[in-house]
Amino acid sequence: MTKLDAKIPEGPLAEKWTKYKANAKLVNPANRKKLDIIMVGTGLAGSGAASSLGEMGYNVKAFCFQDTPRRAHSVAAQGGINASKNYKNDGDSDYRLFYDMIKGGDYRSREANVYRAAEVSNATIDQLTAQGVPFAREYGGTLDNRSFGGVQVSRTFYAKGQTGQQCLLGVYSGISRQIKAGTVTMYPRRDILDIVVIDGKARGVIARNLVTGEIERHSAHAVVLATGGYGTVYYLSTLAVNSNASAAWSAYKRGAFFANPSFIQIHPTSIPVLNDYQAKLTLMSESLRNDGRIWVPLKKGDKRHPADIPEAERDYYLERRYPAFGNLVPRDVASRAAKERCDAGYGVGETGLAVNLDFKDAIAKQGKAAIENKYGNLFEMYEKITGMNPYEQPMRIYPAGHYTMGGLWVDYDLMTTVPGLFAIGESNFSDHGANRLGASSLMQCAGDGLFILPYTISNYLADEIKTPRYSTELPEFDEAEKSAQDKLNKLLAINGTETATSFHKRLGKILWDYSGMSRNEEGLKKGLKLVEELKAEFWQKLRIPGGEAEINQELEKAGRIADFFEIAKLIITDGLNRNESCGAHFREESQTETGEAKRDDKNYAYVAAWEYQGDDKAPKLHKEALNYEYVEVKERSYK
Amino acid sequence: MKVKLKIWRQKNAKAKGKFVDYDLDEVSTEMSFLEMLDALNDKLIRRGEEPVAFEHDCREGICGSCSLYINGQPHGPEQKTTTCELHMRSFKDGATIVIEPFRAKAFPIMKDLIVDRNAFDKIISAGGFISINAGSAQDANSILVKKENADEAMNSASCIGCGACVAACKNASAMLFVSAKVSQFALLEQGKVEAKERVQAMVAKMDELGFGNCTNTYACEAECPKGISVENIARMNREFLSAKLT
Amino acid sequence: MSYQNAFSSITKKVTTAIAGLFLIMFLMVHLGINLFILPITENHQEMFAAAAHFMGTNWIVKVFEIVLMGAILIHVILGFILQFQNWAARGQQQYKVRSRSTTSFMSRYIIYTGIMILLFLAVHFYNFYFIKLGLVAAPDIANIAHPQEEHFYELAVYLFTNEIGYSVLYIVSFIFLGIHLNHAFQSAFQTLGLNHKKYTPAIKIIGNLYSIIIPIGYMMIPLYFMIYG
Repeated sequence: MTKLDAKIPEGPLAEKWTKYKANAKLVNPANRKKLDIIMVGTGLAGSGAASSLGEMGYNVKAFCFQDTPRRAHSVAAQGGINASKNYKNDGDSDYRLFYDMIKGGDYRSREANVYRAAEVSNATIDQLTAQGVPFAREYGGTLDNRSFGGVQVSRTFYAKGQTGQQCLLGVYSGISRQIKAGTVTMYPRRDILDIVVIDGKARGVIARNLVTGEIERHSAHAVVLATGGYGTVYYLSTLAVNSNASAAWSAYKRGAFFANPSFIQIHPTSIPVLNDYQAKLTLMSESLRNDGRIWVPLKKGDKRHPADIPEAERDYYLERRYPAFGNLVPRDVASRAAKERCDAGYGVGETGLAVNLDFKDAIAKQGKAAIENKYGNLFEMYEKITGMNPYEQPMRIYPAGHYTMGGLWVDYDLMTTVPGLFAIGESNFSDHGANRLGASSLMQCAGDGLFILPYTISNYLADEIKTPRYSTELPEFDEAEKSAQDKLNKLLAINGTETATSFHKRLGKILWDYSGMSRNEEGLKKGLKLVEELKAEFWQKLRIPGGEAEINQELEKAGRIADFFEIAKLIITDGLNRNESCGAHFREESQTETGEAKRDDKNYAYVAAWEYQGDDKAPKLHKEALNYEYVEVKERSYK
Repeated sequence: MKVKLKIWRQKNAKAKGKFVDYDLDEVSTEMSFLEMLDALNDKLIRRGEEPVAFEHDCREGICGSCSLYINGQPHGPEQKTTTCELHMRSFKDGATIVIEPFRAKAFPIMKDLIVDRNAFDKIISAGGFISINAGSAQDANSILVKKENADEAMNSASCIGCGACVAACKNASAMLFVSAKVSQFALLEQGKVEAKERVQAMVAKMDELGFGNCTNTYACEAECPKGISVENIARMNREFLSAKLT
Repeated sequence: MSYQNAFSSITKKVTTAIAGLFLIMFLMVHLGINLFILPITENHQEMFAAAAHFMGTNWIVKVFEIVLMGAILIHVILGFILQFQNWAARGQQQYKVRSRSTTSFMSRYIIYTGIMILLFLAVHFYNFYFIKLGLVAAPDIANIAHPQEEHFYELAVYLFTNEIGYSVLYIVSFIFLGIHLNHAFQSAFQTLGLNHKKYTPAIKIIGNLYSIIIPIGYMMIPLYFMIYG
């Protein structure tokens, strides 16, 4: 188990990061420009890191599949970004934020990393503000905060309902500045097909130019993955349609361990599926639950218009089941409760897979203007998509795949088990345990990129200053390019009858049914079998029109879906292994008499890190024990 | 419902393009416009033809990937709506829908409906930033910004960089895009330090890249899916003049 | 970079706008004098002649005349340069479906109304200004061998009463001027950066009124002669 050393610095929790920074090895400014860093993905974490590293003088090559860094899916985060500034004087502190995250993550995250995430949150707000992110302000000119996701303090900074977009544009301006300065070279419209490992260290990538189809080789002294999560594996999710896990997956195949893949957050308030061709689900901000009341009819299959159902015939099930938190229970709890009602036949809408989120009472009490002021743009968006007016009838909502807490295993340095290969932002597993709290993903991405990686990667690169630039003619590059090329050739050669999307849709359905909000051994095993079967069918029946040396969106899609099959298997394998309910992972075998999640700390208080053994071999499990020194492990109750 | 589609097809940047007609039945009013195109592509692939290439990503109106000039309007007939948010209920049964790429000399077509909007990145790189290194920022609340200005800056900042303004403008001018960024920073205290250099550098880059000149027709504002106001253009003109004259 | 900036799109537009605003001012002065062609006072004829004489001899006005010619040239030349750049920027391949964007007709066709006004100006110069400069011979009217600016009254009356075509051209041209001004007035303020939530609506109203009242003022003169001439 020597491979799973998290390298957590000694000393008290609050001093670990300070101590680390004081002792970390540094690279002389004159040497930095001789060191190349490849940044894969240019979202909030990737662009932030690339700009920070560029400012320090490193030579950064940044890659993204979009046409520009500004379109990364960080753009879609709505609600806000947390920081322990305590501007509201309501008792917030680094420790409080740390504690909330540990508890919210259902005690499945690493204390030292989480504390550091909380610690750097303030510097992130300072930096983003200074970069011109127009966070909301009070009349006195200071920054405003709002409360979020059921915590007891107001620590969320926000920019209307577009916080993610604004934070991303902030770091996008940062990376743009470094592009002008010449420290960052941008390679947009590139898919990363493989990671090149030489003598055990990550030394480069194989990229496909999505415009010309050309396969490119790029070498560097270190490779950073900032590629986001793998939530699109569900096909219908709140993620961008093109978000994918292929780069992370190739890292896994090259020896990086994959941690807690089954920890996937299902967001409770998404617009439900409207038609068979639906390509994605749109999130409605969690903040709506502050004023909206969730209900379903008391009578099964009651298809009356919601306005015609009297109060006495409505079941406000969250208020009924969780009187203390009511409609504001955490995401995982709210999602499962909605599924429970719909599965029991009480769902609304044509499909029966939706519940009502009703603003009638809030409008009556606060007035339409007040509600419009708070949620106007969300209501507008809802009406655009559904054609229904939420001021007049309840919104229909249903849970949807949203965020992956699992990801590449990293140590305190944010380095994977492959030396020189780092993972930051959503692509790593480190900070959110089994469930993520609202407004903490932007916080983690920005913190990882702007303030943590620059120190930890320098610590690594300090030993690399004598390493010359690697030639891309080395046999390792030949081998990686060949394997990438082989996969493309294989995909193009199938020449079957089915579209890539149709397979993705079916894969998503299998995962949703057997490894979604609620899981059991039998279902997981069945799911695994179905994924295997579908994968075999995919490799026989796929059809990709067009060729390789051109823009070929179907080829891009197919390559990503091919990897999703593998990742789906790993998700299920991990879910099968973890026979406990924690956070977003709910195993029906492990629940209380009232149907609440039951954690098994005795047997599962560990991070499950999976090691690749070959495409058709079961992965090997490594366990990183989670020892809580500063937090008392308790039951999470919202009753 | 049924629709008749006339879609611009072009093999690559150098090839000559043309309109191709497609009939699509079994379109549901619940479908988004892009889902309708997905359905068309599904049909095309099964027929052994090449699908229509178009850009899209978040499909919730925030990333700015989607474009399309639909029946004479960027992002189609609905106001303040991106193509991905547009739904088929906005069209009549049997309607003919002409779909063209965003056209402008500065936005060369790459394939079918995909255009290269990289020019926008070049403009931002020229000066669309505040020069502050990570680690050197002071406490966020040490910079006070009037709420009114912060809100105004937020409105300007909500630009998604889709390029509809350029596509809509008869002059293919990028003034709305550039001015939104110039305004955002000009309105914030943090951005004032290098305001003069910024506006001059960004305008120079915009001119260099071959965008047209603004003749104040305000087509950009009318078609902007985020409702960015032409007041930003006036503000940029003001900023530019004061930078030149002082 | 400084070279490029000196002739940046905004510099060109601002210069065009300033020249345009100067022309807008001049239109008012010119109209003020022209109105004396109409019998608005008993001695309107002498008043007109005096004004014309003043305009032709006063040295301050002479200076302004040069400025005015400069403004016209700048406005026209820059207008064309900007327009050619704009056509180039649109690219070779045109949209199949014409824009359905909600923009005003006046703003879309500003270059064409401008060209019409320019054509009129050529005729107008030929009929008046070039005579004054001695570049062209004046028509023989009312036994005046060499008409000067003090004879512009007789010239105007001659044109409006004897040449119906001129009157029609004159009226049509001022309709184009009205359309041009309607967009140009508020557009100039926008280009100069003078857009403000509080004042812009007022500027738009003033611009609309100006673009109606001034051309009507000019048109009254040929109309008078067409009706009473």
